[in-house]
Amino acid sequence: MIEKKPIIFLLLATATILVGTIITMVLPFRWINDPKLAIASVKPYTPLQLEGRDIYIREGCNNCHTQTVRPLLSDTERYGEYSKSGEFVYDQPFLWGSRRNGPDLARIGGKYPDAWHVKHMKDPRSMVPRSNMPAYDFLNRPLDTSLSEKKMKALKFPYTPADIQALQGKSEMDAIIAYMQKVGNDIPWRKTGKTEVLGEMKNPFQDNMSVLPEGQKLYAEHCAQCHGIELKGEVGPDLRDMDQPDAKVFASVYSGIAAGGMPAFGDTLGKERTWKVVTYLKSVHKH
Amino acid sequence: MNQQEGYADDIVKGFVIWSMVWGLVAVLVGVFISFQIAFPQLNFPPYLTYGRLRPIHTNAGIFGWGIGSFMAFFIYITQRLTRTSLWSPGLAKAQLWLFNIVIALAAVTLAMGMNRSKEYAELEWPVASLVVVLWVIFAVNIVMTIVKRREEQMYISLWYILATLVGVAVLYLVNNAAIPVSLTKSYSAYAGANDANVQWWYGHNAVAMVLTTPPLAIFYYFLPKATGVPIYSHRMGVIAFWSLIFMYLWTGAHHLLWAPVPDWVQTLAMGFSVMLIAPSWAAVFNGYFSMNGQWHQMRENYLVKFLIFGITFYGLQTLQGPSQSIRTFSAFIHFTDWVPGHVHMGTLGWVSLVLFAAIYYTIPRLYHSEIYSIGLANVHFWLVLTGQLIFSITMWIAGVQQAAMLNATNPDGSLHYSFIETMVELYPYWHMRAVGGVIYLAGLLVFLYNIYQTIAGAKTQAVAQRA
Repeated sequence: MIEKKPIIFLLLATATILVGTIITMVLPFRWINDPKLAIASVKPYTPLQLEGRDIYIREGCNNCHTQTVRPLLSDTERYGEYSKSGEFVYDQPFLWGSRRNGPDLARIGGKYPDAWHVKHMKDPRSMVPRSNMPAYDFLNRPLDTSLSEKKMKALKFPYTPADIQALQGKSEMDAIIAYMQKVGNDIPWRKTGKTEVLGEMKNPFQDNMSVLPEGQKLYAEHCAQCHGIELKGEVGPDLRDMDQPDAKVFASVYSGIAAGGMPAFGDTLGKERTWKVVTYLKSVHKH
Repeated sequence: MNQQEGYADDIVKGFVIWSMVWGLVAVLVGVFISFQIAFPQLNFPPYLTYGRLRPIHTNAGIFGWGIGSFMAFFIYITQRLTRTSLWSPGLAKAQLWLFNIVIALAAVTLAMGMNRSKEYAELEWPVASLVVVLWVIFAVNIVMTIVKRREEQMYISLWYILATLVGVAVLYLVNNAAIPVSLTKSYSAYAGANDANVQWWYGHNAVAMVLTTPPLAIFYYFLPKATGVPIYSHRMGVIAFWSLIFMYLWTGAHHLLWAPVPDWVQTLAMGFSVMLIAPSWAAVFNGYFSMNGQWHQMRENYLVKFLIFGITFYGLQTLQGPSQSIRTFSAFIHFTDWVPGHVHMGTLGWVSLVLFAAIYYTIPRLYHSEIYSIGLANVHFWLVLTGQLIFSITMWIAGVQQAAMLNATNPDGSLHYSFIETMVELYPYWHMRAVGGVIYLAGLLVFLYNIYQTIAGAKTQAVAQRA
């Protein structure tokens, strides 16, 4: 009996463990990251982005933020296009995470302008009321670039001396924001996934003064961080005296303005609440 | 007594005591980070943020408290089941030193942000290399003791011990493969979806080889010791053992359901996870049937209470786990608080209850005395049980609520809540969890006091006898 032969027992136990290991862990190397699944537009990290990614790892951001959008309605509607394996070929290590104490970040790239991130990192609750994210004001310190070139070499990422030179004077904040803006933004999903509103659009609350208080409240919660509580503008432009038709304002809020860094609020607000914000915005004048 | 038989028991004492120290650290940090989630002002960057402290909590729990006490009891159990003294007590002494150095280094380096980011494999390569040295020293000592044993037949606990030794070695080496950049920085040797698949093969089998097979070895040894009657079925133990270590290794990808890894890997993981109910429950039934005619001991013998509640939580854990590994249910609760609720039933309920029993059993014997207070042991039991149940049940409710909110849609098909709207509703649950954690901590302090008094009492007694 093998219960009397410890060495044979040990070998048998090892063999038993290796069966599942080989089939589900070793063999998939043959299929995962297959060149056929490669996405041409997905590029390696620049030295600044890589330093930012290392700060993300150092601070343990992955303990609260995932980076995988699952092909499920509640994920794709909320975060964007679902994640594809070809998007992660330069990720050593992967940063998919396991718990969403905060939102998924797989599609954070290009969602907000840099200035939004700076304010949010400095004081998260000033941008997202009641958020429980720690403040990362201390990232304003200078970036340590002593390993940058070695890191690029270790990962075999292309770079030029000018790229390394460009790191001089950068802060850790610059680096992590450069990384944030790259995450999930290598495929043109924002363009293809953009909601085009078709047909004639009419504001259901036009001239309906009763929705103004709610519109104002929504503005304070979702818009004031960038446009100021008095709509005078800060990160985003001044919104007073807007002479655009309601439908155009609606489209800007609902789908965002990619070129200007305006995020889309359709997934957050839905149609009805967006119209209420639009009604409020149109009601505010300089005098 | 033990010393007369030449067993290396001083080293067991060392490991037990240090594992309790690290266990206290794990729970203290755990309680602190549970407050940080509820009150973000409690983050003190750069060193004391949730992001840096959570790995310290998990590493102190799994490696400090878990592995530390497993080392203690593997050494204790192996000597007795082989009727042989430890192959090299000197090596074991070095192992204890190295163990404490590694855990302390882990805590310091993680606080400094030296972190590989892979869960339960966060330690940077120099520290991880020391872990490998530590494990080799340990494994060689145990295997050599078994090889030169005086008892021919190996009892079931020894099988689980041997499987643990080889399993942890394979998992740790593969998942920690790294490309070093400097002494404090390295990158994973694998990329993207491959890295994810390797990581969760490791992560889930750390649950197998650290949080299942060692406590089972300890359970199979101490339950008969505590009750005085043998285990119900040796044959059931054989079947359960081989099927458990065969099936576990297929299931890692149930952590990656709906993620971009091949579908067939996910499906296999799902199927094998459900199949794992059988060997898991074979161990549970083996425990329950061993209690035939002995159930009165649940009232009379506090050790049995810890062990039987422990195996019961193991049973619940191995039903809940497979249910979570089903695609549809995973889609709902994955990434929510449900999962920490699940994990803590296993770690606080199953693993820790069994370890408490083992410590209560061995410490008085190692120090030739009686436990200081059975009353306090009962207080300890009810406090940790209450704390853990508050924690887990609160988190399950929180998880289901958030999942339901995240999935709620408007009549036009758009989502009803933004992420932050679902998150702010979790604050009351996070407060409750922190309360559960504090109650658990109180129970742990009662336990430590009881053990301290037992040891202190034994020492004064010994001095009195000598005088």
